[in-house]
Amino acid sequence: MAKHHVEAIINGDPAEFLCGTEQTLLDCLRDELSLTGSKEGCSSGDCGACSVMLDGRLVCACLVLGVEVNGKKVETIEGVAKGDDLHPLQKHFLQEAALQCGICTPGFIIAAKALLKENPHPTETEIRYWLAGNLCRCTGYDKIIAAVQKAAAEMRGES
Amino acid sequence: MGNEKDHLEAIEGKEKFRYIGTSPIRPDGVDKVTGRANFGADFTANGMIHGRVVRSPHAHAKIKSINIEKALKMKGVKAIVTGQDFPKIDPSDKVVGEVVVSFYDMSQNVIARDKVFYDGHAVAAVAATSIKIAEEAAALIEIEYEVLPAVMTVIDAMKKNAPVLHKGMKTEGMDPVPKRSSNVASRAELKLGNATEAFKDADVIVERDYTAQTVHQGYIEPHACVAEVSADGMATIWSSSQGQFMVRAFVAKLCAMNASKIKVIPSEIGGGFGGKTKVYLEPLALLLSRQSGRPVKMVMTREEVLRATGPTSGGHARAKIGAKKDGTLVAAELEMEYEAGAFAGSPVKLGCMTGFAPYNLKHVSCIGWDVVVNRPQAAAYRAPGAPVAAFAVESAMDELADTLGIDPLELRIKNAAVEGTQAPYGVKFPKIGCLETLRQAKATEHYNMPLGPNQGRGVASGFWFNIGGQSSASVMVNPDGTVIVATGSPDIGGSRASMALMAAEVLGIDYDNIKPLVADTESVPFSDLTGGSRVTFATGKAVVEAAEDAVNDMKRRAAKVWDVDIDQVEWKDGIATCIETDIHKPMTIAEIAAMAGKTGGAISGKANINAKGAGAAFATHICDVEVDPETGYVQVLRYTAVQDVGTAIHPAYVEGQMQGGAVQGIGWALNEEYVYSKDGQLQNTGFLDYRVPVASDMPMIDTVIVEVPNPGHPYGVRGVGEVPIVPPLGAVANAVSHAIGIRMADLPMSPPKILATIDAAD
Amino acid sequence: MANLDYSSPSSVKEVVKILTAAKGKAKVMAGGTDLLVQLRAGRLKASTIVDVKNISELRTIKKEKNGFTIGAAVSGAELGAHKAVNKAWPGVVEGLELIGSTQIQGRASLGGNLCNGSPAADGVPGMIAAGATCLIAGPKGTRTVPVEKIVVSPGKTSLKSGEFLVSFFLPNRPKKSGDAYLRFIPRTEMDIAVVGVGVSLTIDKKGMCTDARVSLGAVAPTALLVKNCANALIGTNIDEDALNALSEAASSACNPIDDKRGTIKYRTKVAGVLARRATVIALKRARKN
Repeated sequence: MAKHHVEAIINGDPAEFLCGTEQTLLDCLRDELSLTGSKEGCSSGDCGACSVMLDGRLVCACLVLGVEVNGKKVETIEGVAKGDDLHPLQKHFLQEAALQCGICTPGFIIAAKALLKENPHPTETEIRYWLAGNLCRCTGYDKIIAAVQKAAAEMRGES
Repeated sequence: MGNEKDHLEAIEGKEKFRYIGTSPIRPDGVDKVTGRANFGADFTANGMIHGRVVRSPHAHAKIKSINIEKALKMKGVKAIVTGQDFPKIDPSDKVVGEVVVSFYDMSQNVIARDKVFYDGHAVAAVAATSIKIAEEAAALIEIEYEVLPAVMTVIDAMKKNAPVLHKGMKTEGMDPVPKRSSNVASRAELKLGNATEAFKDADVIVERDYTAQTVHQGYIEPHACVAEVSADGMATIWSSSQGQFMVRAFVAKLCAMNASKIKVIPSEIGGGFGGKTKVYLEPLALLLSRQSGRPVKMVMTREEVLRATGPTSGGHARAKIGAKKDGTLVAAELEMEYEAGAFAGSPVKLGCMTGFAPYNLKHVSCIGWDVVVNRPQAAAYRAPGAPVAAFAVESAMDELADTLGIDPLELRIKNAAVEGTQAPYGVKFPKIGCLETLRQAKATEHYNMPLGPNQGRGVASGFWFNIGGQSSASVMVNPDGTVIVATGSPDIGGSRASMALMAAEVLGIDYDNIKPLVADTESVPFSDLTGGSRVTFATGKAVVEAAEDAVNDMKRRAAKVWDVDIDQVEWKDGIATCIETDIHKPMTIAEIAAMAGKTGGAISGKANINAKGAGAAFATHICDVEVDPETGYVQVLRYTAVQDVGTAIHPAYVEGQMQGGAVQGIGWALNEEYVYSKDGQLQNTGFLDYRVPVASDMPMIDTVIVEVPNPGHPYGVRGVGEVPIVPPLGAVANAVSHAIGIRMADLPMSPPKILATIDAAD
Repeated sequence: MANLDYSSPSSVKEVVKILTAAKGKAKVMAGGTDLLVQLRAGRLKASTIVDVKNISELRTIKKEKNGFTIGAAVSGAELGAHKAVNKAWPGVVEGLELIGSTQIQGRASLGGNLCNGSPAADGVPGMIAAGATCLIAGPKGTRTVPVEKIVVSPGKTSLKSGEFLVSFFLPNRPKKSGDAYLRFIPRTEMDIAVVGVGVSLTIDKKGMCTDARVSLGAVAPTALLVKNCANALIGTNIDEDALNALSEAASSACNPIDDKRGTIKYRTKVAGVLARRATVIALKRARKN
């Protein structure tokens, strides 16, 4: 079979690429579109470093085929900030020291953004369970949880 | 800056620091939260092709033949290498220091020669125009193995008729040297006084065997690199590594190249914890690039990371402690066997050196055996060797406290190492904060909270030396008075921010006007790798000295402009003032920088040092757990980490190190372990079954920063990165033991083990 | 070397056509959370992938007169958001919701979970306990099969060549019914079940159990429907004695293996513990209905 021609909306902009069936969305983002912000940690959906939004749904890009996103909307870490304006999650991750090596950070920010869209006032437990699919080996999760809580408060207009 | 006395005065004296002790946003932070930062796998080069490694499916086998013909013929395949393509290295070629680095072993680990020693051992590498073609070609390489019996555990490896992995391995450190080869690479021994005799004075003795399994550092970023060798023999390597100079030196050695012909550019690194202080892919990529004439990119899969990169040693420990009725320790013994993996070099000696370090003991005996097994060669993992030794010692201390009816923290306080105590490894401790961490732990709200049914509390202490080593720093003043600080230390945890803070403190200018960067091997003088908790200490020291050098340069320029002696010039808060102020107007750094050309050229400072005076770090942790007696499930309820950090340059990042290390230790204690089949194939090759803690497993990790400044550093810094992983194994084991009322001495304490222990006791 | 084909048909008929033509070399794809892992690991022996997510029957949840129809490719996130199914079958929903992470939930489906054929599949015991049936489409038309008859051994289903799973049907239960799914894993999330138990029961006005179905997962080559467990409950008030009998029956039914996730001894014991706990939850829910 010849390569698939895929047209999708990525971070609000039309994008197109060619891919083989076996190339995942993650492969396509990184190798075909040079969007290397989504990271590959495991290729088996166990670490969340490749988290993206697909038609408004939080998914692991390593478990979606590139060909599947034809006609769909994808949001990646590259689309979270608006130019120079960082999203509250990005700001609070920095302020709360919620990153050390930073490899898991894009995945966490996408996942946390999806959480706050669905639940603007999550408890600590709700945050931890929502983010259970995002592994971090550096921080022990503490400051990540704190950053999400602070960002949520700001987004609710409380801070 | 001069000596200890100067340092202590600077720290303990008078005014507060202006920048040190604040927690500003890290300079690389925005790139990391927007996905712009480039890690190992994010780099591409023009004309780049892709490499894949062929790995042994056998734990132990002879390689009878390798046939690459079919693979070579495949369209798109540009190069194939096997062990035969690599230069021969003499078995005696090694660097002997704190740890022995054998280039002979290293070369064999990177790619097998006559034998394979573990499931996943690299046997060949292919470079092709796409990953798909490289994988298909790899499958066409025909390798004939003669499978040998696999030796998977230390116990099996030490049996009388065990299959020997390396012919000619005769245990070092034995007198007389053994006649027969074995799997025991070496024996280490540390002694203080005469423990055997001193035990006779004990009123109470506790003695027990402990076991721990192989665990992996678990960094989320797999190893990755791009190597390019041009036609004139100049090589460039982009690599995710803890040490660009280390990569250069090792690749030069393994590929028989002149180090000056190799440029190594460090990428951002997605976690290392000691696991990226080795080379795995770089020599392969380099040879593939040389053969193909194209840049070659190689990225490991998670399965390859687990199968074929260094985990840390599992093993056994027997700990014996004797004490008087009132809790005074009289003698202690530790004997350990650690898995070295396929080649010699487990950190068992470091375990021997650190296990009893938190205690004032006159009679200690520590023996460590380094044993090879058919597992990947062990690599450092955050305080290598110390966690398992501390697990045994801290469990024994707990058992002793229980037996004597003394509070476990009180027992430790009573016997704590202090300034002047002789450590088991010989050194007399200078000023240290061991006792302070114990006292502060005892005073926490956590320690005094009540416990409910099926709940237990455990405490443990830990020690790590921290090292100094070689670091270089360049401080360059831009024409507008902003400053660049360049060092050769990859930034794993936020050290760039700390470098900028220390430079800011010396220069007296805003943190935001300083740009710290991590330079490649051609842009900054030699630096030892990032590890050993040395960067904030040693590279920080170099940065301080380089900044002082720059300040002196600027004072000289001001003196020139004012036509006065340099000792008439003072520097404070980024401004040069002449002691006779009414004659000469003060000049800001920006003003001096603007006239740099007129006063002699660009302004910079440098320092290339081999830092001495690293400060030892101590920590005490408290852990509360609840155990479900019907399933053995453990929930960690509360965790507090108390640690002496010397001076917290960036308190938020210091807390981050404490929390991260604690959670790694909790994972090690509860659920992480390598599971091998009888034939030595790794069963859990992914994060599904290699179970690191997830966010919902953990509570908030409370931290208490203790500051007993290190007189060896201008700002009192002690390394903070490693000691946090030393106490958790003991703290968690003690907590679980208390929760179920039975001593757990076998890690990890997974639910089936706990339930079996509970049921056996009924 | 042959390339992997991919198609995304928009009707059941089309899918059957492609599957029949492929003669066993086609793989149906719903969420892909198992399929892509196998593809990556080189374990996928297929020449074509048939994506069924664009077929409306596979993606809809419908409340019928006598039960719910749930499309086989409905994702965990979608099912979790469906108020009516959550109310009627919390046990079925919680089984699916426990699979993997939030990201996995965005894609994973009951159909994929069942047809992947893992003995430890979280979505299965709850459905077996619910008495759910599967609507299978194939070259000879459609047929209905109880969920417990789909998986015949690890990784293998009873589906014939050209057939695929279209939807599930959950038949209504009388008032005062409740269900629950519990699993044991060593961490809080992200593990494959070491033991899984699905319980569905009905009680009468006096609190006596009139019907029950108990299913065990991860303790045998396939998920089990354990009649002895049901018999331990039916006709009783689900008191301490009944729960003990249930526990023992659950442990006795186990035929597990030793593997990197659990031992035979451990699974057998915990199956009994979880059967009891799941029954208690199902009972609480039944009393509320």
